[in-house]
Amino acid sequence: MSEAIANLKSYDPFADTGEESDIQVQGYIHIRVQQRNGRKTLTTVQGLSADLDQKRVLKAFKKEFACNGNVVQDEDLGEVIQLQGDHRLKIQQFLASNGIVPKDKIKIHGF
Amino acid sequence: MSATDDKPIDDVENFDFGVKKKKKKKPAPDFDAATPVAADSSSAAADDEPASSATTAAAPADGGEDADIFANLKKKKKSKVTIVEGDAEGNDESAAEPSSESFDFGEKKKKKKSKKTDLADFEAALKNDQGEDEAVEEAPESSASKEGADDWAGSNRDYTYSELLHRVFTVLRQNNPELGGDRKRYTIAPPQVMRDGTKKSVFANVVDICKRMHRQPDHVIQFLFAELGTTGSIDASQRLIIKGRFQQKQIENVLKRYIMEYVSCKTCKSSETILTKENRLFFLQCESCGSTRTVSAIKTGFQAVTRDARKAAKAKAG
Repeated sequence: MSEAIANLKSYDPFADTGEESDIQVQGYIHIRVQQRNGRKTLTTVQGLSADLDQKRVLKAFKKEFACNGNVVQDEDLGEVIQLQGDHRLKIQQFLASNGIVPKDKIKIHGF
Repeated sequence: MSATDDKPIDDVENFDFGVKKKKKKKPAPDFDAATPVAADSSSAAADDEPASSATTAAAPADGGEDADIFANLKKKKKSKVTIVEGDAEGNDESAAEPSSESFDFGEKKKKKKSKKTDLADFEAALKNDQGEDEAVEEAPESSASKEGADDWAGSNRDYTYSELLHRVFTVLRQNNPELGGDRKRYTIAPPQVMRDGTKKSVFANVVDICKRMHRQPDHVIQFLFAELGTTGSIDASQRLIIKGRFQQKQIENVLKRYIMEYVSCKTCKSSETILTKENRLFFLQCESCGSTRTVSAIKTGFQAVTRDARKAAKAKAG
């Protein structure tokens, strides 16, 4: 009897909601754009793998796109790069051409 | 042959066009032998001229005259092809953007100011136009392809790729037209987006578009907000107020993405689908082919803190 109960307990469907692992497995990079005041925009890059040095990537971005930006620490999503201005396509090209992320792993959101 | 006799294995490997130079002569006669068969089968399928196929394959173009004929025929062919293509483009005219997928929003400028009743009329007219276009398209194309078939069957030149392609498609259209590739385009009304003051946009016909897509407005609106990274609300007359400045084109892009993700069936490309929710998962079921698949839930993702948000937080706290 005790064995049966142990068996039942061995699998807990609610132990892991798979929220974080889902992101890890899919491994998509999400590039979003947000509107600021006026015609200004903000681009965010979310989901870059943890073994990349986000600060160095940011530095490369800043130099390449001639904009400012910073790395934001988010509780759920890890480190997110913010850039001033709409650089979605340029980021995708940059990441793909430098071999950081394959192009089909990048998802561009926004209008 | 003596060289190949040394290695009998090479003879066996005749079929892949070998790297070795000895074999260069071998594939050529094989190809000649094979061509009449292919010609026979294709002509027999089309029921055009089975008799002359043997002569065509036997002698490839050799004289200067032949070459001239060739050129002329090619020119003819090309001009016809372009005509057909023009028709096709006319068909596609409604798609204003070059990058449009199989969904398009009809002609925007005309529709912009038209009211709902006009919309239906216009769409009906558009459908009629398309039907006419197709009818116009069919007639010259079939004749052209028949002539093309005659051309290469009657003369002693080889057939070209485009001729064979035409032939395949005419046979296909004659025998089973549903496979011909003339898929009905999925059209929805273009979104009517206008500005409400300087910081808000009004999306007037959300409910209408949702009805056409057979989707809950809530789901569509949730997707819109997640993609645009803003918030908004629905006003009394069922219009969606979106915070931020958005143009019709931008909303259209997002809607296209919505349709690709949540409306069109991935297996048969049909848009006759229903979205159901089971155990916190969304399932997309196709009504024309019956396939079911899960679609990802809408995720908002990271939202950067803007100055407005900071101000609002401050106001709330203070």
